[in-house]
Amino acid sequence: VQDRCGCVLMMLCDGVCVQAQKLLRERLCHQKLPDQPVGLDSQYKHLLELLRRTAVHGESNSVLIVGPRGSGKTMLLGCVLRELMSLKEAQKNVLLVELNGLLQTDDKIALKEITRQLHLENVVGDKVFGSFAENLAFLLEALKKGDKSSSRPVLFVLDEFDLFAHHKNQTLLYNLLDVSQSAQTPVAVLGLTCRLDVLELLEKRVKSRFSHRQIHLFSSLSFAQYLDVVRAQLSLPPDFPDPKFSDEWNHSVTKLCEDKTVEEILRRNFNGSKDFRSLHSLLFLAVSRVSVSHSTLREADLIEAWRLISVDSKANVLHGLSILELCLIIAMKHLNDTYDGEPFNFQMVHNEFKKFIQRKSHSIHKFEKPVVMKAFEHLLQLELVRPVDSGVCKVQREYQLMRLMLEHGQVMEALQRYPQCPTDVKQWALSAFG
Amino acid sequence: MKIHICLTGIKTIILDCNNISQYSVFLINSALMNRRDIMSAVNPDQYSYPSVFIYGHRATGKSHVVLSIMKDLELPHASVDCVECVSSGLLFHQVLSAFFGPDAAALLPRCPSLSDFVRLYKQMSSNSPATQTRYIILDRAERMRDMDFSLLPALLRLQELVNDNVTVILLSEIVWEKFRPNTGCFEPLLFHFPDYSKGKSLVQILSWDHHPSYTPELYASYINILLGVFFSVCRDLRELRHLAVLNFSKFCEPLEKGEAKESDIHKLWKNIEPHLQRAMQTVYLREVSSVQWEQQQMDEKEATTLRVLSAHAHIELPYYSKFLLIAAYLASFNPARTDRRFFLKSHGKIRKTNFLKKHEKTSNHLLGPKPFPLDRLMAIFYSVVDSRVAPTASVFSQISSLVTLQLLSQVGHDDQLDSPKYKCSVSLDFILAISRCVCVCVRLLDLLALSLVIQSQVVRQERSLFTAVSNLHLL
Repeated sequence: VQDRCGCVLMMLCDGVCVQAQKLLRERLCHQKLPDQPVGLDSQYKHLLELLRRTAVHGESNSVLIVGPRGSGKTMLLGCVLRELMSLKEAQKNVLLVELNGLLQTDDKIALKEITRQLHLENVVGDKVFGSFAENLAFLLEALKKGDKSSSRPVLFVLDEFDLFAHHKNQTLLYNLLDVSQSAQTPVAVLGLTCRLDVLELLEKRVKSRFSHRQIHLFSSLSFAQYLDVVRAQLSLPPDFPDPKFSDEWNHSVTKLCEDKTVEEILRRNFNGSKDFRSLHSLLFLAVSRVSVSHSTLREADLIEAWRLISVDSKANVLHGLSILELCLIIAMKHLNDTYDGEPFNFQMVHNEFKKFIQRKSHSIHKFEKPVVMKAFEHLLQLELVRPVDSGVCKVQREYQLMRLMLEHGQVMEALQRYPQCPTDVKQWALSAFG
Repeated sequence: MKIHICLTGIKTIILDCNNISQYSVFLINSALMNRRDIMSAVNPDQYSYPSVFIYGHRATGKSHVVLSIMKDLELPHASVDCVECVSSGLLFHQVLSAFFGPDAAALLPRCPSLSDFVRLYKQMSSNSPATQTRYIILDRAERMRDMDFSLLPALLRLQELVNDNVTVILLSEIVWEKFRPNTGCFEPLLFHFPDYSKGKSLVQILSWDHHPSYTPELYASYINILLGVFFSVCRDLRELRHLAVLNFSKFCEPLEKGEAKESDIHKLWKNIEPHLQRAMQTVYLREVSSVQWEQQQMDEKEATTLRVLSAHAHIELPYYSKFLLIAAYLASFNPARTDRRFFLKSHGKIRKTNFLKKHEKTSNHLLGPKPFPLDRLMAIFYSVVDSRVAPTASVFSQISSLVTLQLLSQVGHDDQLDSPKYKCSVSLDFILAISRCVCVCVRLLDLLALSLVIQSQVVRQERSLFTAVSNLHLL
């Protein structure tokens, strides 16, 4: 009986673990919309009010939401739209057109997409008929015929707004903002961008039609609020099917957040960037280590996750180089030190290497020049060394000027970690001026 | 033997080892953390992170591990090599046909844009929704940086754009910092595949290729000898395997002839080591193809010099072309002011001091050849050649054939007809080889030696210079 009870408990634990993982994963990597955005109340109210005025009262507006990557622009817009669509009048009337600067890289493609999403008459199934000029004329006519009282408001959402400013003549932006300024169909133009200087990218005629309304999303969280956010992100909600498990889990999470090492890690992450995206990737790596065998989050998980995130990738690459390639890098470092970072070519590096071989080395024997050239080309392929003028050059390969893409500190640290590094190589690296 | 793999600890999947190759067993079984990490981060039944970036050196098992995970767990995946995708349309076509069948891929218009791809993907996935996470694996992802600028950022957030459970896995040799676009993008999870250690892993993997008619211990000692020669130069598993396979028959020669037993490691080493050194200069550098190398081994009883592919070793030039080339080398690497001293019978002294102080940094030999006008070349040529030569068209046409052979290169525009400028593109070794063939008088050797003196500004190189001069005289 005990055995069967044990099995049943295991099964229950199994199922509950699955659900907990699913919930946390949805929150951390699927970016499910939260119920209420954290720390963005004033911006939320502002945006909601603006959109309500367009949707319900028929006022035309344009606004830009500006904030660094991962600060929650799309999330904020998603929450606002979700609330807007819950209003009865908005739900019936509002038309939504979503464009993305990464996908619609050209005004032609963008126009076809708008026509498709609005289901205008020149769309059959999926195909849009007509040339660019015809489509544009048709769209503008459709938008101009309306007025405040009788036509449906249209919301244009332009993600990666700064990429639209790179299109030819900024035709699309000009026309959309023009419609939003004149007394025609009520139109709201919402731009989301990560560039703070986005207004400088707009042409004068486009900028003058823009309402210069910007909503900035700069995170103003303090570290204590940040810790609260971490706790909230990791905790299971009260409506979780197994209350016992969720209590235990939440309790362990609270204890974890009070631990010193964990706080140190979170503080370092906070000092690096305050946005939630980097936090999510850290928590995700920690949460994915939770398994049936250890079903609570431990500090070792977070430490390991932090180590994975903060490792220097170039140091990892240097670890796998052969001795000859490492010697070439040390020779380049010496050249950089002697000549203050001026570009060098393969002949100079080979010269330095030969000087080392002749005078100081016991363990490395003399390699032929073509073999050294092959090692140098491997470093070129790994992009640890880069040619100064990256175009096609008429100079011979040995004389083409290059730069080293590593810093003094990185090279020295890599030497410390290098497996079975010969002592004469290390001595050479540490000596000044070769 | 069964391996238990914990996928996020929720399910333990038991893989039957008979289906997997030994290599992947080794990798999955190894205690390296990253492979466990990858398997825990990609979860087929739940949401997984939108994009993952895996980096590591060549032949560390990146594609092999990811593809074998996909195949063994039978996950829906599309594997694309970015080198094959010269246009982004090819990438879209491959992804759509892998997930939704070739009919879906046929719906793509000609020259599809990213917008068409996303729209079609959304349509297809709403018709057949995903029960499991779909994976797109992009091998050699560094090529994607040269395609459309919006392709990489869009693929990194594909999950959000198409609203479907899809993960993009990028595999590359180059670190993530070189990929990041200027205005930033969605940051993927980074995983590193470490390189193999010499003792434990590399010897073990290379020993799997052992020949059935010899013992594994013999092969292991052979591998150790091979690594002793090549490990300090190259750590690429593929190259080492290739070299091991090519040279094993030569290694076993004494055993077949009966000259040595399997335990006489020292004798076998003495036999194979010079052979491996020669391999480093030819097969390793691809100067000789592997077929030619094996041919050489079979008919090599006397030590003949290998015919290498490199043109420089066996190029045949006409008599005056050789002198022209030597004159071009002297013109490129000697500064013009020293011409008077070298080539005139009576000359004055050169003031070396200012010259030395100003150009202390580097010598011409390090900076590369300088361009010279045609007149200077002809002047040096006339003083170097040992007989009287008339300036006929045949001499001048030899200059243009040297340019065609890329031994000289023309500097400046083609339409500069009155005074064309040239540069010498060959190295000192080649010039010395040529001057050996020509009956060269001692004066020429002195000219070359003196050019080395003037160019090497640093005083302490004089001692090495004397040895260089004496070496030249011994030629």
